[in-house]
This record gives sequence, structure tokens and C-alpha cells, in this order.
Amino acid sequence: MKDAFINRKYVIVALFMLASFCLIIRLFIIQVVKDSYRLSADNNVLRYVTQYPARGLIYDRNGQLMVFNQAAYDLMVVPAQTSNIDTAGLCNLIGIDYDLFRERMKAAVNYSRRAPSIFLKQISDETYARLQEKMFMYPGFYVQPRTLRKYTKPVGAHALGYVSEVDENLIRKNPYYKLGDYIGKSGIEEAYEEELRGKRGVKIYLVDVYSRVKGSYADGSKDTVAVQGSDVISSLDLNLQEYGELLLKNKRGSIVAIEPKTGEVLALVSSPNYDPGLLVGRVRSENFAKLLADTVLQPLYNRALMASYPPGSTFKPIIGLIGLQEGVITPETRFGCHNGYLFIKCHSHPSPLNLEGAIQTSCNAYFCQTFRKVLENPRYNTITDAFNKWKGYLNEFGFGQKLGTDFVNELTGFIPSATYFDRYHGKNGWHALTVVSMGIGQGEVGTTPLQMANMTAAIANRGYYYTPHIVKAIGTDKTIDERFTTRHQISINPANFEEIILGMEAAVKGGTGKVAAMKDITVCGKTGTAQNPHGKDNAVFVAFAPKDDPKIAIAVYVENAGFGATYAAPVAGLMIEKYIKGEISNKDLEKRILELNLEGILQESETQ
Amino acid sequence: MGWFNIYSAVYNEEHKEIFDFSQRYGKQFIWIIASLIIAVFVLIIDNRFYFFFSWVIYSIVILLLILVLIFGTEINGARSWFEFGPVNLQPSEFAKIGTALALASYLNTKRQDLTRLSVMIPSFAIIIFPAFLTALQPDMGSTVVYFSLFIVLFREGMSSYIFVSGLLMIILFFLTLLLNNLYLSIGLIAIAFLLMLYATRKFKLCFSGAGIFILITGVLFAVNQLWLNKAIDNEIVILFSLIISGIVFAYYFYIRKSTPILIIFLFLTGSIMFVNTVDYTFDNIIKPHQKDRVEITLGIKSDPHGTGYNVNQSIISIGSGGFVGKGYLKGTQTKFKFVPSQSTDFIFCTVGEEWGFLGSFVIIGLYIFLILRLIILAERQRSVFSRIYGYGVASIFFIHFFINIGMAVGLVPVIGIPLPFLSYGGSSLWAFTILLFIFLRLDASRSEYLA
Repeated sequence: MKDAFINRKYVIVALFMLASFCLIIRLFIIQVVKDSYRLSADNNVLRYVTQYPARGLIYDRNGQLMVFNQAAYDLMVVPAQTSNIDTAGLCNLIGIDYDLFRERMKAAVNYSRRAPSIFLKQISDETYARLQEKMFMYPGFYVQPRTLRKYTKPVGAHALGYVSEVDENLIRKNPYYKLGDYIGKSGIEEAYEEELRGKRGVKIYLVDVYSRVKGSYADGSKDTVAVQGSDVISSLDLNLQEYGELLLKNKRGSIVAIEPKTGEVLALVSSPNYDPGLLVGRVRSENFAKLLADTVLQPLYNRALMASYPPGSTFKPIIGLIGLQEGVITPETRFGCHNGYLFIKCHSHPSPLNLEGAIQTSCNAYFCQTFRKVLENPRYNTITDAFNKWKGYLNEFGFGQKLGTDFVNELTGFIPSATYFDRYHGKNGWHALTVVSMGIGQGEVGTTPLQMANMTAAIANRGYYYTPHIVKAIGTDKTIDERFTTRHQISINPANFEEIILGMEAAVKGGTGKVAAMKDITVCGKTGTAQNPHGKDNAVFVAFAPKDDPKIAIAVYVENAGFGATYAAPVAGLMIEKYIKGEISNKDLEKRILELNLEGILQESETQ
Repeated sequence: MGWFNIYSAVYNEEHKEIFDFSQRYGKQFIWIIASLIIAVFVLIIDNRFYFFFSWVIYSIVILLLILVLIFGTEINGARSWFEFGPVNLQPSEFAKIGTALALASYLNTKRQDLTRLSVMIPSFAIIIFPAFLTALQPDMGSTVVYFSLFIVLFREGMSSYIFVSGLLMIILFFLTLLLNNLYLSIGLIAIAFLLMLYATRKFKLCFSGAGIFILITGVLFAVNQLWLNKAIDNEIVILFSLIISGIVFAYYFYIRKSTPILIIFLFLTGSIMFVNTVDYTFDNIIKPHQKDRVEITLGIKSDPHGTGYNVNQSIISIGSGGFVGKGYLKGTQTKFKFVPSQSTDFIFCTVGEEWGFLGSFVIIGLYIFLILRLIILAERQRSVFSRIYGYGVASIFFIHFFINIGMAVGLVPVIGIPLPFLSYGGSSLWAFTILLFIFLRLDASRSEYLA
């Protein structure tokens, strides 16, 4: 009887083994086969807190600080951790009313009860100081330090650009950025965003089931330290920039000054402009909307880079250069001028003139004839070939294309090609006289002030230039992109440049640009008056100085100011003197320019 | 006695690991020391004491179970604790010992003739009575534990039909909730048909039987569709068809005495009835929170932040352990209390997370080694009393081990039940110590007959 069921022990043992086997299989599946549980576990316990780096500083070429950072504080809240707080006290402390408090709290709860969200952005230093003392009374609230841009002087807004918070669009396009990050917009801030922004760090905390921080993860070994952004040394001369903006006050126009030897931009003025401090912090979006809405002054519009004007007579040195290089004229070639050439008028001056004299007096007839000779050069079978050759030289100077600068919104300007006219007039339907107005910088040609300054630098260098750039050195190793240290050689004989420079020297000494002359610096320049279809002509002046060791090449545009000699040349002269000597000798001229207000004329011409 | 060293080492080490920085560690250390003292006492007492006083012990624990319902302290919705100053005592833990002893004593005197109904019914009563009292607290976990003693009854000669029915009921219970009843019924009929073919090897008979069944089903189905306006569910139609075909076949069974077919038929009919009952009970009778727990285990429902939170977090922490685990005290999930009741019912999470698959495997291996060792020891007892008690101990350990780890890995619905020697808690530690050491004491004098 006792052993009748002895074999049943095997059934029981088998049952137990089978059950354990099920457990082991299940464990194997969840522990070894699937790894999604590990991720879920990390999501449970790890909280990543971003460590924001300070943005790099911006200095001018002389080491003067231009842009720096100021601490700002965001008040953060974790709704799940707030309990029994003295709401009225907190509202009072941070200076908001209860309705706003409730609204913000609701928004935070909607975002997440357990994750921190920004409760109040950029609270002031005083508020922060007051809050800091009583922080312990408000569990669930804490302050996260951020930085804001500050400017030593309210100048250079267009060149420097501004910084704003990233929006959702941008985050979708560029996954590097996360909500709450800042990004550079326009100017140096945008072009050198990657260098300036630094590297975000992250501190990983362990949190328990109630989201309470329990210490750092893996003793901080997985944390990354925020790396401060690299400092950027701009090529701008802060004093010159400030002076340029002062000179163009109450006028519309732009100044671009370049150091010819390096291509470094010394000043980049576009007027009207704005105080860069307006686009910082909590008031940024409000002010930005205001600036954008100002369609009369258009302060956000960077004329120096984005305005494409006909270059006018400032184009004549180039035409002369091409004529010399192509062998259709010599320095002693003379063309008669009797108040004009065909349908193009000229002012009265002695006739006939050689090349030097023609540049000095800005003779329209001379350059129309030269241009015609270039296009009718017997060396080329067709006008198309001759025209394209001419266009080739212009492209070498950087016209009709982007220069490849470190400005983010540079325009190409416009140099038509032969096919452009083919389309207009039919193939062989056009000849030199059809396009002759381009010989004096009018007609289809469009160039930007930056391109004109670059042309002047190339002339000053007698045949080469470096791509203009606004940043001289980055970070501790002080390097910049290779493209800014590559010399662009123009296939025109340096001797030909000397001839042209003689003319430009004469133009300042005793020609159209007399106002820009000064006692001890030899300035070479060329005036221009660009026809403006919208109103009064634009005054243009390009110049470089000194003649033999050029330190500055400059292009000045004053819109609707009429003849170039009247307003553009004095501005250029003052800028040159300010840069080279640091002070102004002709105080009367300075006073006249500073007091000049063209806004009235501008309003008039707007209404025309 | 080798296994004694192994598992006692295991529990000391594991306790240290788990409670090193928690306040419960100190308490548990006291419990462990106390349990060692208790173990010594248990070993000192004469083995005949347990035999002769088994009914007294049973009576005392039953009394305690009744008293706890009246005077007990309610914790987490269950009135299952006595409060003695700083010490809380859970009588249901100790009631298991009494029940195992009483069962062994009863079967010993009756010469274990469990084939007789007159022995079987009192045996059932001995098990069911404390289970019923525990269910009143309510403490579903402990209630389930008593049913493990049916394994003992099976060993001692209880009809295997009852045992198989029991297992079948458990399996069907889960299948019912997972699958559509109609498909389940059809599947069961198909299995029954194949079994019949296998058992009788009379193709003609089986197919004609199936033909008659299909005919009856067809008629009933048509009647239901046409005249009764589909008032009856299809599963019920199948059940009725089955009963009617059974009546048709009754004569044949009677003449041929074809027991296998009869057995298969009865099992089939019973199963289908059971399936329909479970479905009804589950939808209408069981409490919602228990229904949720079962449904989450079966994957019918997913609610990671509500009822399923425990299981979900438990699986995450065990799953995150990987193959070798995160290392001693490096478990992040358990350390930061993501798993509720992690020092009691979900203690296995700590093992799974910190020691990974290897550690879990070793722990399961140790338990299985302990349980098999208990069975081997039980089998070598001369005294029937000792053998039955040994099986009782093995069964109780097994059910705790299987259900506790099973719920931690999401195989078994969540019912609070401690893991022997690992979970925090004095009552359970003491109860397991006493349970085990009584058997050791009996084993120490295994050559003696207890009459």
C-alpha cells in the first residue's frame, strides 16, 4: 500500500521542473533577448540637466570688447514638487499678478508635471537676489542661469547680428538645438554660430520615483562640462565703425571700409540702423517686430551687403583698366568730348583728354569710347566673345557673383552676359552702342557697396585682393578659414593699375573728388553719381589711401544725395583720416556732414 | 545536510545585499538571529511532539485565524495582522505549518487511503478550512498557498483525475480569458476527437460519433437561428449538442464499457462548461481590481501607470539587469523605489537587476535544488507522517517560489506572496524556518516509526 503511488513523485518533480523552466525562459527573454527594458529603466531614473555654455565674446581688431555676456536667470518650476507654497508671497517677490501665476502654472502642468519648465524668463538681477534668499520657501521652483548678449557701444548692429531663441521649425531642421537654446541670427553671430555657441554640457542626475534628485549618476563620470564658446576677434575697428555710423546719421546709405593687404573689413555701416541692445532678452521679439514694421526707414535692411546699385562713374577705373589690358587704349590715347558722346551727356572740361585726365574729370565720352573699343576689338570675331571677355574681367574683381565672404546674406549684384542681350535684342541684334551706358556704370550693371569696396582694394593692391571678411581670428589658436588667406590675382598687368591710380590721385587732388583731399595723405579716389529710378541720384565715392602703401580702401554710398562729390567724397575723406590719423583736421567739414540731415529730402523723394 | 548550508548562506548574503542601506536591514537582521534561535528550539524539541501535538497546533492556528478576523489590525485593506507593540505577526504564515502537520497526521492515521471518499473529503476540509479563513481577511496570496497541498494529496493517492482536472481548470481559466470561447470550445472538441481516435483506434466509430455530433449541432444551430431569434450563444449551442450526443452514445458506452471514451467525453463536457462558467464569473462576479491584475498578466490590458504599474516596473528593473546584471548595489530601479513593495513581494527585482540573468538563474537553481532535496528527503522517511509533512513543506516552498518570481516577471497575476527566506518580514521568515526545521527534526530521526 505504501509504495502504490511511489511513481507519482516523478510526476511532481517533472511539474516542478517544468514550472521553473518556464520562469527561466521568461527571464531569458526579458533580460537577455530584449533590450528595450534597459532603455525604459534609464528613462525612469536618469534626468539630464543641460549646462548652458557662455557664448563667445566678440572683440574689435584692436582688442576692444564689443559684445559680452550678462547673466540672466530663468525661473524654473517642477509642478509635481510644489506643495503648499505661499503663492501670494511668490507673486509679490517676482512681480507678477495671480492671474499670470495661474496661467504660467497651468502651462507648466500641461507640459509636464514632473519635468522642469520655464516659469518666468530672464528675471532681473534684483529679483534674482531677492528670490535667492527665500528660495527654500518655494519647493519645486529653482533658478537656471542663462546669459544674455550685451554691447559695449550701441554700434555695429548689422555687422554683429543678434541672438534669439530657437523656434520649433529650426529644431526640426537642425536636431542639435533644443527648446530654450539660443542661436545667432545674421551677422557675425550667425556666420560664426558654431564657434560662438560653445558646447553644451549635461549633468546626469539620478532621480527616484518622485523625481527627487538622489545624486549624480556614475559619480559624474558621464557628465560633460559645458565648454564656453570661442571668442571671436572681429576685423572691425570699433572707433571707425562708430564714427562711420555717426557720419551717416540722418542719411541713407552705407560705408564699407577694407584693409587692402588682408581683405579685412574695417567698418561696415548701413544707415538707418538700430541699437543692437534692442534685440536682447525678453524685449527682443517685441522690438524686432517694431523694427520689421518700420517700412520707411527699414533699419533691419543691410544696405552694405544687400543693396544693388548701378555703380555710376566709380566704374570708370575698371573700364580704363580693361581697355589698357586689352590694348585698345594706351595711357596717352585721347578722345574728344564735346559735352557728351552721342546720347550720353558730359559736363564741361578741357578736351581732348588722356586717360589720367579722363578719370580726373570723370569724362563720360572717354569711357564710352573705350568700352566701345573693347567690344569692337578686332581680336575677337564676334561681339559676344569680346563682351564675355569684358565680363570675365569683372567677375575676376568679384562683380556679378558672391564674394564668398563671411557675411550671411551677401547679394551677387548683376553683370549681364552676352546671352542676356541676345535674349533682349536677338542674336546679332545688338552692338557696342546698344550697351554703351554700361561703360559709365549705368544701365544693367548692379553692384553692392561691398563689391565696390573690394574693387577699390584690388586697385589699391595693384591687381589682387583677399576675400573680404569680418572676422580676423577665432579662439585661442587664432585661425580663420583658408578662403580668407587665399590671394585672388586679377589677370591685369600691375603697370596698368599704376596708370589708373594716377588718374584717381588726380581726381582727388584737383578733380571731382577734391573734398576728400588732405595735406599729408595721398588719397586716390573716384566719384560717382548713380542714377536712381526712384528719386534723386545716389552719391557714390570709392577711394583708398595712402597711395603708395594703402591702408584703407573705402566705398561710400549716400542715397538720394545727388552728385558724389558733394556728400559721399567728404564722408570717405573723413573716414580715411579718422582711420589713418585717428583725428580730424577739417572740423568744419566734419561739422557740416554731421549736421546734414537728408531725411527731409528722403521723405520727399519717397512721395515722388 | 549540504543543502542546509547552501540556502542558509544564500539568505544571509542576500539579505545583506538587499538591505544594506535601508532601515529594514537592521530589523531583518534581528529577525534572522531570532529565526536561528527558533530553529535551534525546533531542533531540540522531541520529534514526537510534532506528531502528537499536530492537531493541537492546527487548532491553535485556526483559532488565531479566527481571532485575527476580529482583533487584527487592518493593513492595506486586509485584516491579517496582530499588533504586539512594535512587532506585527501574521497568523496566516504560521497556519500553513499547522495545516501541513494536521494533514500529515490525518493521512497517517487513516493509512492514506485517499481513494475512498470518506478519507478524501476530510482531507480536503483540513486544507480548505484555513484557506477559507484566510480568504476572508482577504489575503488571496496566502489562500492560494493552501491549494499547493493538493500536490501532497496527489502523491498520497488522490485520484489523478481530480489532480488533472485541477491543473486543467487552471490552464483553461487563463485560456478562456485569452481566447474567444467559441474557438476554445471548437479547439477542445478537436483535441477530444484526436484523443478518442488515439485511445480507441476505431475510425468508423469516431467519425460516426463526430457525424452525429455535427448533425445535432447543425439542427440546434438552425433552431436557434430561425425560431429562437439567436437568443442562445453559440458556445451554449455546442454545449447542449455535446450533452445530447452524449445521451445518444450512453447506450453504446453502457454495452461496451468503453471507459476511455467516457472519460474523454466527460472531460470535454466539463471543460466547456467550465470555460463558460469562468467567462461569466470573470465578467460578473470577481472584483474589478483582481480582474485587472489577471488581465494585465495575460496582456489583454495594458496600463503602465495604473494597476499594471507594479508589474511593468518590476519587469523593467529585472529586464534592465541584462545577462550579468548591474552589479551589487548598483541597481537604479530598485534603489530609487520604482518598484512598489520591492523589499517584500517584489524582492526578486533586486536580484534580477543587480545580478542579471546569471544571478536569477542561480537563485532559481537554488530553490529548485532545495525543493527537490526536500522531495528526496521526504521519500526516504520511514514514517508516513514525516513523508507527507515533507511533501507539504516542498509544495508550500514551491508555490511561494513559483508565484512570487512568476509575478515579478509577469507570468502570474499579482497576488501578494513572499519569496521564502528572501522577502522582508519576520512572520514569513519565522514561519518558513519553523516549517523547514520541523522537517529537519523529523528527518534527523527518520529511522523511527511514528505511530
